[in-house]
Amino acid sequence: MSEERIVSLRNGWFTTSVGITAAIALVGFLVGFLWLPLAQPGERFRGVWDAICSAAGLLHTAPSGEQIITAKYLTTQVEVVPHMLDNADAVAIGRGATLALRCTMCHGARGLSEANSPNLAGQYRIAIYKQLVDFKTGARVSAVMAPLVADLSDTDMRDLAAYYAYLPRLTDSSANNPPRIVASGAPLRGIAPCGACHGEVGAKAGAAWLEGQPVAYLRPQLEAFASGSRHNDIDEQMRNVARAMTPQEIDAASRYYAEHP
Amino acid sequence: MFRRTRTLLVTLLTGGPAVWNSRRLVLAHFWFAFAGFGGALLLGAWQMFIRSPLAAWIGDPELYYRSVTAHGTTMAYVFPTLVAMGFGYFVTEHSLKHPLIGLHWAWFGWFLAVIGTIMAIVPVALGRASVLYTFYPPMVGNAFYYIGFVLVVVGSWIWVALMSVNLYRWKRDNPGAPVPFPMFATVAGSYLWGWTAVGAALEVLFQIIPVALGWRDTIDPGLARIFFSWTLHAIVYFWLIPSYIAYYTIVPRAIGGRLFSDTMGRISFALFLVVAMPIGIHHTFEDPQVGAGFKYLHSVFTALVTVPTLLTVFTICASVEIAGRLRGGKGVLGWLKALPWRNPAMLGIALSFVMLGFGGAGGIINMSYQLDATIHNTQWITGHFHLIFAGAIVIMYFVIAYDTWPHLTGRVLDSFGVMRAQLWLWCIGMIVLTFPWHWVGILGMPRRMAFYDYTNPELAADAVPVIMSVIGGAILVLSAVLFFIVLLRGQFARRAEPDAYRFSVAVRPPQRVPVALNGLGLWLGLMIALTIVNYGFPILHAIAMPGTAVPAIMVGERR
Repeated sequence: MSEERIVSLRNGWFTTSVGITAAIALVGFLVGFLWLPLAQPGERFRGVWDAICSAAGLLHTAPSGEQIITAKYLTTQVEVVPHMLDNADAVAIGRGATLALRCTMCHGARGLSEANSPNLAGQYRIAIYKQLVDFKTGARVSAVMAPLVADLSDTDMRDLAAYYAYLPRLTDSSANNPPRIVASGAPLRGIAPCGACHGEVGAKAGAAWLEGQPVAYLRPQLEAFASGSRHNDIDEQMRNVARAMTPQEIDAASRYYAEHP
Repeated sequence: MFRRTRTLLVTLLTGGPAVWNSRRLVLAHFWFAFAGFGGALLLGAWQMFIRSPLAAWIGDPELYYRSVTAHGTTMAYVFPTLVAMGFGYFVTEHSLKHPLIGLHWAWFGWFLAVIGTIMAIVPVALGRASVLYTFYPPMVGNAFYYIGFVLVVVGSWIWVALMSVNLYRWKRDNPGAPVPFPMFATVAGSYLWGWTAVGAALEVLFQIIPVALGWRDTIDPGLARIFFSWTLHAIVYFWLIPSYIAYYTIVPRAIGGRLFSDTMGRISFALFLVVAMPIGIHHTFEDPQVGAGFKYLHSVFTALVTVPTLLTVFTICASVEIAGRLRGGKGVLGWLKALPWRNPAMLGIALSFVMLGFGGAGGIINMSYQLDATIHNTQWITGHFHLIFAGAIVIMYFVIAYDTWPHLTGRVLDSFGVMRAQLWLWCIGMIVLTFPWHWVGILGMPRRMAFYDYTNPELAADAVPVIMSVIGGAILVLSAVLFFIVLLRGQFARRAEPDAYRFSVAVRPPQRVPVALNGLGLWLGLMIALTIVNYGFPILHAIAMPGTAVPAIMVGERR
C-alpha cells in the first residue's frame, strides 16, 4: 500500500478530487466572470475582456470627455494622520509663544478668551494646525482670521499649535450629565455621539477639544456646518452630523460644552 | 537523506521521549478555556441587558465596546482554540495509544496562549483597544492587544506542529496501517487552523501592529478586510471540528452504537479542509474593493460546505439509528424511542443538531449574494453565529468535557441529572436568545451599536424581541453555572480510575484505507491551490491599487 502514490493519474482519488474541484472552479469562473456580467442590463462593456476585468474588480478610468464633478468651494488640503505633529520641542513652543502675541487680543493672554472667541489653551495640536492651514488656503472662511494667517509659514503654524497645546486647559471636576446628543448621538439619524470624537468617550485626530468653548462660538459653527457655509471638514462628516441635528440639539450640545470646561 | 533530516528535526523539536500522561496538560487547556468562557459569557449577558429596553442607557458607549471586545476576543480566539488544543492532545494519546511526543513544547504553547490572553485583555479592560475582535481597521488600538493575539496564535501553531509530528511518527512506526480516524480528523482540524490563521496574522503583523506601534500612520482597510475574511470564515470550521470529532468518535460509542462509516467520516473532514478556506469573501459582499466575480466564486464554494455537513448529518443519524436498533428499537421510527435519551451525549448531539439545522439554514441565506443584502450587518448575523457557534458547537464542547473529565481527573463524574438540565437550558437559552435576534435583524436592526432608542417608532417593534433575547442570555448564564458545578464536583469527587478511553468503532473497522484518506497531503494541496485561485488576485489587486491608505483612527484616546 505504501507503494501507492497520491499524485498520479492512476490514483482515482487524485484525478477525481482534483477534477471535480477544477470543474467547479471553472464553471464558477465562467458564470461569475462572463455570463453574469454580460447578462446585466445597463452595463456598457467594450467586449468580453472588459467584462472579465470588471468582474475581477479592476477599476475603470473615466472615459475621456466625461465630466468630472468637482466641489464649487475650496476643500481642506490637510491630510490628518494621528502622529503628524508629535515632535514639538521647547524651541518650537517658545517660537509659538512669541508668534501668539498677535493672537492675544481675541484668544486671551494665556489662550483663554474673554471675547467669545475659541479658547486655545490645551487645544489639540492637530486641530489648531489644521484650522490655521484652512484659514490660509481659504477652505475655512473668516474675515478676521484670513489676514492674520496670510503671512504665516508652515513652521509658524506648527509652532503656534505646539504653544497652545502646551498651555494648561480649563479644568472642571464637577459631575457631568451630558445631554443625549453628546453621550449617545442619534443613531437613527446617523449622528455619532459628539463625545466619540471631541473628548469624553474618545478623541479622534483632527477633531477639536470642545469643553469650555463659548456657546457664542459653538452654536454658529454648528449652524454654519448645517447650512454648508463652513465646509472644511474632511469627508463632510460634520456637515452630515449638523444637518441632521435639530435646533434644540444644537443648542443643547453647545450649552453643554460651554458649561463644562 | 530528507527522511533522516526530518527525523532529526522531529527529535530536536520534541526533546526525545516524553512522559506518558498528558492529563494535566489537557486539564490546564480545558480549565483555561472554560474560565475564559465563563467570564466572557457574563459580559455577553450584561451587553444584552444594557442595550435592551430593560436598562437605563449607561451613557458611555465605550464601556459597551470594551465589553464586546473582551467577549469576542475570548470567545473567538481563546476559548475554542484552547478546547481544540486540549482535545487534540487527548485524542493524540488515546487514539495513537502512545505518549504525546513533545509534551514540553505543548506546555510552552499553552503558556504562550495564557500570556497572550492576559496581554490582550489588559489593554481591552483599560479601554485602550475597544476595536472588537474583528479589529476593523482603520481603527487601531493598543499594540499589546494585537501582540497578545499573535502570541495566542503562535501557541496554537505549536499545537498544529505537534499534531503533525505525532502523526508522522506514528505512520513511520506503523507503515501501511490505517491512521485512527480520530487522529485523522484532529490533524485535519489543526491544518485547517494553521492555514486559516495566516490571513489574520498577515493583517495584524504587516498592517496593524506597525500602526499601533506608531511606525506608520495610514492603513489600507480594504486589504485588511480581505486578509481578515481569509481567517474569519474558515475559523468557524476550526471551531466546529472538535464538535464534529465528538459526533463521530464519542457519541456512537457513548450511546452503545457503531459509527456507520469510517470512510464517510474521513471524506467529510477532507472536504472541510478543501472547501472551508476559499469562501471568506462572502463576508465582504458589500465591500467595494472586491470584484463581483470573486464574490460569486466564493458564494459557490460556500454553498459546497453543505456537502461535508450533510454527509456528517447522514452518517451520524445512521450511526445513532444503529444504536437505537441494537437497543431493541423496531420500525421506521421506533428506534428513536429506544435511544438512551438520559445519556448526556445523546441529548447533547440531538440538541446540537436542532441548532445546527436552524443555524445552517440561516447560513445559506448569508452566503447568497442577493439574500445577504437584506440582512447584511444586521442583528441577524450576530444571531446566526451565536446559534451555530455558541449553540451547535459549544454544546458539544460540554459533551466533550463531560466525556473526558473522568479520564482527566481520575475521579467519578456522575451528576447526570445536572448535566441533562445544563444541556437543555443551554439549547433553550440559545434559541430564546437567537431566534428574536434573527427577527430584529430582518426588521433592520443594525449590529455593533451600543445604544438603541426604543421610544423611536422605527425601533419600537424591536423592543419585545430584544427583551426576549435578554431572557435567553440569562438562561445561558444559569446553564453555565450548572456546567461549572458539574466540572467542580468532578474535580473533587472520589477517585476511581476509569477503563482505557475508547473511541467509536465503525461497523466495518477499516482494514485498508486508500492512501488519499490515510493522510492529508492531497487535501492540503487542494486547500492551498483553491486559496490561491480565490484569494490571490483580490489580494494582489488590493495591494496594487493606489490611494487606498487612509489615516488610522487611534482608539482609546479619551482626552
